[in-house]
Parts: sequence; C-alpha cells; structure tokens
Amino acid sequence: MAQIRKPNMDPKKAPMPAQDPNVRNKNFLEVCTGYSQETAMTEATRCLGCKNHPCVSACPVGVRIPEFIAKVAEGDFKAAYEVINGTNALPAISGRVCPQESQCESKCVRGIKGEPVGIGRLERFVADWYRENVVEKPVKPESNGKKVAVVGSGPAGLTCASDLAKKGYQVTIFEAFHTAGGVLVYGIPEFRLPKAIVKSEVEKLEALGVEIMTNMVIGKVLSIDELFEMGYQAVFVGSGAGLPMFMNIPGEGLSGVYSANEYLTRTNLMKAYLPEYDTPVMQSKAVAVVGGGNVAMDACRCAKRLGAEHVYIVYRRSKEEMPARLEEVEHAEEEGIDFQLLCNPVRIIGDEHGRVVGMECVRMELGEPDASGRRRPVEIEGSNFVLDVDTVIMSLGTSPNPLIRSTTPGLETTKKGCLIVGEDDVSTTREGVFAGGDAVTGAATVILAMGAGKKGAVAIDEYLSKQ
Amino acid sequence: MYKIVRKEDLNPNVTRMEIEAPFVAKKVKAGQFIILRIDEYGERLPLTVAGYDREKGTVTIIFQLVGMTTKALAKMQEGDYLLDFVGPLGKPTDVEGKKRVAVVGGGVGCAIAYPVAKAMHEAGAVVDGIMGFRNKDIVILEDEFNAACDHFYMMTDDGSYGEKGFVTVKLQELLEQGIEYDEVIAIGPVPMMNFVCKTTKPFGVKTIVSLNPIMIDGTGMCGGCRVTVGGETKFACVDGPEFDGHLVDFTELMNRNATYREQEGEKMNHMCRFDKMAQDLIK
Repeated sequence: MAQIRKPNMDPKKAPMPAQDPNVRNKNFLEVCTGYSQETAMTEATRCLGCKNHPCVSACPVGVRIPEFIAKVAEGDFKAAYEVINGTNALPAISGRVCPQESQCESKCVRGIKGEPVGIGRLERFVADWYRENVVEKPVKPESNGKKVAVVGSGPAGLTCASDLAKKGYQVTIFEAFHTAGGVLVYGIPEFRLPKAIVKSEVEKLEALGVEIMTNMVIGKVLSIDELFEMGYQAVFVGSGAGLPMFMNIPGEGLSGVYSANEYLTRTNLMKAYLPEYDTPVMQSKAVAVVGGGNVAMDACRCAKRLGAEHVYIVYRRSKEEMPARLEEVEHAEEEGIDFQLLCNPVRIIGDEHGRVVGMECVRMELGEPDASGRRRPVEIEGSNFVLDVDTVIMSLGTSPNPLIRSTTPGLETTKKGCLIVGEDDVSTTREGVFAGGDAVTGAATVILAMGAGKKGAVAIDEYLSKQ
Repeated sequence: MYKIVRKEDLNPNVTRMEIEAPFVAKKVKAGQFIILRIDEYGERLPLTVAGYDREKGTVTIIFQLVGMTTKALAKMQEGDYLLDFVGPLGKPTDVEGKKRVAVVGGGVGCAIAYPVAKAMHEAGAVVDGIMGFRNKDIVILEDEFNAACDHFYMMTDDGSYGEKGFVTVKLQELLEQGIEYDEVIAIGPVPMMNFVCKTTKPFGVKTIVSLNPIMIDGTGMCGGCRVTVGGETKFACVDGPEFDGHLVDFTELMNRNATYREQEGEKMNHMCRFDKMAQDLIK
C-alpha cells in the first residue's frame, strides 16, 4: 500500500547548488554540484504522484517519473535507480543535459502554480548516488546468439546497444573516433557532463557484453554490406549529424576561424585545456561565437574558460528566439558572456598573415514571421560595425555525414541528407538497417536520440524475432 | 593497439614504419590517408599512406620530423604499439584512363608520390617521375620510385645529385618538349606544389595536388581542414586530399597551416628545456 503523506507545497524547486560564476568560468569542473540526499528527499515530496502522470507521456524514453520520485522520498535510492534504469539506460547523462523544461517538467501539475518538481535534478541525483554507492556491475544476460551492429556510440547508439544487450543480443558498437561516447565526449563540455560519467556508462555496457570497436569509420573502413557479410543480422545507424555549416561570408578561411565542432572537439575530446595533452587550441583574447543554440553556449563558455578576456555571442535574432535552453543562456550570462543580439556577421577581417583581427557585423531588427514561425531578422542599413576579436567560432548547426549513405546502396535520404525512416521512426529504406538520432532528424537533442535508440532496439528485436 | 612491425630511418629526418592494421590494409588505396595517435595525450596525426601489404595486413607510413608528434613517433621502436590508427580516409587517386602522367615529388612528399606513381603505372599509364630534394644526403626511395616510372628524373637544389635545379625546371623542360600529359600530380611542400601549378598553367595541363592541412577527425566533422578550391569551401578529409591545383588557394592554405606554429614551438622549447633539466640531473 502506498503510504499517504502530506505533499510539500513549497512553490519553488529546491535550488541546484552550483559553483560561483566567477570561479567556475576559470575552471572545467562541473558547474552544478547536485542535490544532497536531504535536498533530494525534500524535493521528492513536492511530487503529487498524479495518477495520469502527464510528465511520463512527455518523456521521450518514458521514465516512470512519479514511481521513482516516490522511492526517492522514501530514501530508497537504489530502488529509485532501478525504476529509472528500467526505461532509461543513461540517467546520469539525461539528468544533466535533457531540456526538462520543455519535456517532463513542462507537464508537471505543480508547474501550474509555481515551479514544477525538479525531475531532472532528482534523476541526476539518483544516478549519481547509484554510481557512487553501488558497486555491483550489470550481469551479462544469456546470449540469444543473434548479432547486431550499432554504428556510432553517441546517445542513440549507446541506448540501442544497451536495450538490445539486455535482451541477449550480441552487440558490437563501431565508433569512428578513438573514444566512445560521440557528442557526449567531443561536443558537450566537461563542466556540463563530466567525461568520467560517460566512461562509467560505457563500462556498464561492456559489462552487459557489448563490444566496442573504436577507430572504425563505417562507410570507409567497412561498409554496411560488409557488416552483414561479417554475420551481423541487423544494423542500427546512429552516426549523428556531424557536418558543420558555415555562413559563406568572406574571411571564413582565415586562421582563427573554427567550426564549433572543431573548437569543442579540441577542448573536450582532445583536452586542449589540460597541459599534459599535446592538442593545441588558439590562445584567444577576444572570441565571437556566431549562433544561439546550446552548442553556441557550450563554445562560448569553453572560450571563457580557456582564458579569453572577451567572449561574445553573436545572434541575428533576439533572446526570445534563441534555440538554446534558458538555463544555458543564464549560465553563460552569469559567467560574463557578452550577448550581441540582433546582430549578424557580414565578413571576417584578417591581417597580412591571414589571421583574424576583427569581424564586421550589422545590426538587425525583427520583421514578419518566417516559415519557422519566428520573426525574420532584417538588416538595419548602415548599422555596420567591427567587433574586435581574434577568434571566430561558427555555431550554425550541422547536417548528417554522407559517408554512410554514399556507400550503402538502397539507403535513401532526404534532400538535407537525413536518412528516411518508416512509420515506426527507425526502419530505413534498406531491409535490416535501422536508424535514429541526428542521422535521421538532423541536429536535435541527446534525449531524442536516446528515445530513437530505444525504438531502434524494439524494432530490431521484432525484426530478428520473426526470422 | 597497432603494432610497429618494422622501423627504418630513411635519412636523419625521415622515418619509415610498417604498422599492423589489417582493416586499413585491406582497403587502402594510393592517395588515401590514415590518422594515428601515439598515446592518450597525443594529437591525432594525419599521414597519407606510403604503401600497404594486403596479405600481411600492414600499412607503411613515412614521416618527417617536423613537430612534437612526429618527433615522439620517431622515438618509438619496432614492437611498440600505437594507441590509434584509423583509415583509409579521403578519396583515392583517380588512376583510370590516363595515357601519360608526370608524377612530381618534393622531399618527403616523394613518400606519397611513389605509391601514386606505382598505381598509375599499374593502371596502364606511361609515368614520368620527377623527384626533387635539397641535396644528396636527404634523398629517399630513389630505387622504388624509379622502378614505378617509365622515365625518371632526379633533381637536387644544389646539384649534389642528379641534375641541379628545382623539380619545376625539369617539368618545364618536359612540357616544352611537347610531351602531352593527361595529368601532372605534384606532392610535396605547399610552396613546391604551388610552383608546379604555376609551371603547368600556361600549358593548360590538369594538375593534381595532395594536401595535408590541419585536421582532427578526418571524417568531415570538424571542418578544420577546409580549403578554398575554385572559390568553394572543400574539406580535404572527405572531398580530398587531392584537388585541382590550379583552383587551390595556396596562400590561405599556408596561413591556416601556420595557426599553431608559434604555440607548438613554445611547447617544444619547453619540453626540450625539460629534457635538458632531466639530463643535467642525471649528470
């Protein structure tokens, strides 16, 4: 019997403890330090345990939210973890990087009058508590003798591999880089998602019997057809959206212009911020990051931490249209990032050695709404000015890599290069090949990729059970 | 892990290594590259392949000691293991349907020009090979290169070996003789490739260059290796590494390649002093 307890009617979420902005903008340690047991238990009592649990239906991986929160309130964190882990293979990651405000927490009844329950913060607490207190490794399930190849070890691939391995499939993940984790290791910075956490999730997969092969660029080293020849009976493509876009303005070829992908990879995967690593990155004085998404926020906050005195966000619309999470924008502002809104680059200026010495921008104003429903930015004539920067980071979005589609006959894509999938969201135009995450949707979120990985595992299980 | 099965110094600054990498060896073709990492702290170093043995499952790389990573690599021995070795990356050299080509190699670039000459030859083209070095002491791969060519010319800047002059002197001479090349392929330092392009341009001969810009992943993801070719932005890792040399913006390429030169200089200097301190301590 569920015990009846009086809910905690505090209209506000328990605040998330965090490093002081002026301290954290000089280090790469995690910004948010996480709830204590007491705070977690208090916050958990804010959950009303609604019967129709609207929060669950807003979760891409269907975490049984009120159920796990009830366990937290009871102080049974291990049981809480088991509830979450039943549907979510990577809770320590989603608890940190999910946009809860537009998913589970947006549907929380407590959010009508006050703040919703801190679902993300509780999920993170539970996952961290489990990692720090439970030593038992997942048990390798009995093999069903069927082999599945997963291409890419980002959130989609890891989730798909985990769900399949739990069902007894013999799964091999093929990763192009030298380290598993995809965007979780090359893109998202240490201060938002410590790499030790990703590593521990990957180790859990290995304990489940998943084999991880790094340095395997599928489409180059091996083709999808060769994977089938090697005995894999199904393939899940979770290769992400890797190709960076540029603006095609003059000066983008100057030394000191980066794609956000390059800047973040140098910093996060290749650890340019640690002196014992050989990776170089520009020692910039002033940096302009062009774009308004989460990746732009990550890039500007990395630049600040790498020692740049002035870091600008240059975004052509206003703050309301920014695609980045509010929390990320606020964190960036607290850390001293200068937001140049309604501002668009025109050209990048170089010196005689081809190095960046400035970026000419033009002020914008918002006009009529465009196809995306957002008001279209229009240039204000004659408002050009030069931003005094020595580094420019282009964070304008990415598109899927053509390496797989161009080497796999029968695999069809949209004009934008995204893999075409059927009604189940994961079956491609090629039998036995399933796909999910950014490779299908174009650049999106970690949790949507995880959701697609789950669907991929279900579809592959159905497909191989029929054979 | 990828075993170094053979190591040989070709000259005091150039080393050849044969690496056990069966997946790469199975597929790699002339003109393609690999990326290696020595250890966890190392950079990802792209190198165009100098050869391969499909049966043995090995890939040959030849590199010049120019920076921190190549110097550390040269210190490794037979039997040691590289942490990472990925490839083949990039597009292979287009060798089909060519009647006669000139393959021009400059310095350590000859290491890559050689497999290209060989592949061209095997595909049925008449190959004129021109190798150029500063002087006799640093000549590498002469016999191998010679064997892959129908006509072979050795050039040194100071005339200490072969004929005196840059590779472009010989190339100009051959072009003036009226030899009709379907293609000239130039592989070497960026200024050398630039000069080869300037030499062939008046003759209207298609000229291919093999570029090795700064890059990280080698799969099109970082965009660090972008080069301007005919006014368009191309990624050397997926669109190249070979491009039409008459369309390449060489100035931009050289500037971009210099991005970390000072920084690496500082770091190496720092390391050397560190080495010296360690040596002093031992004394």
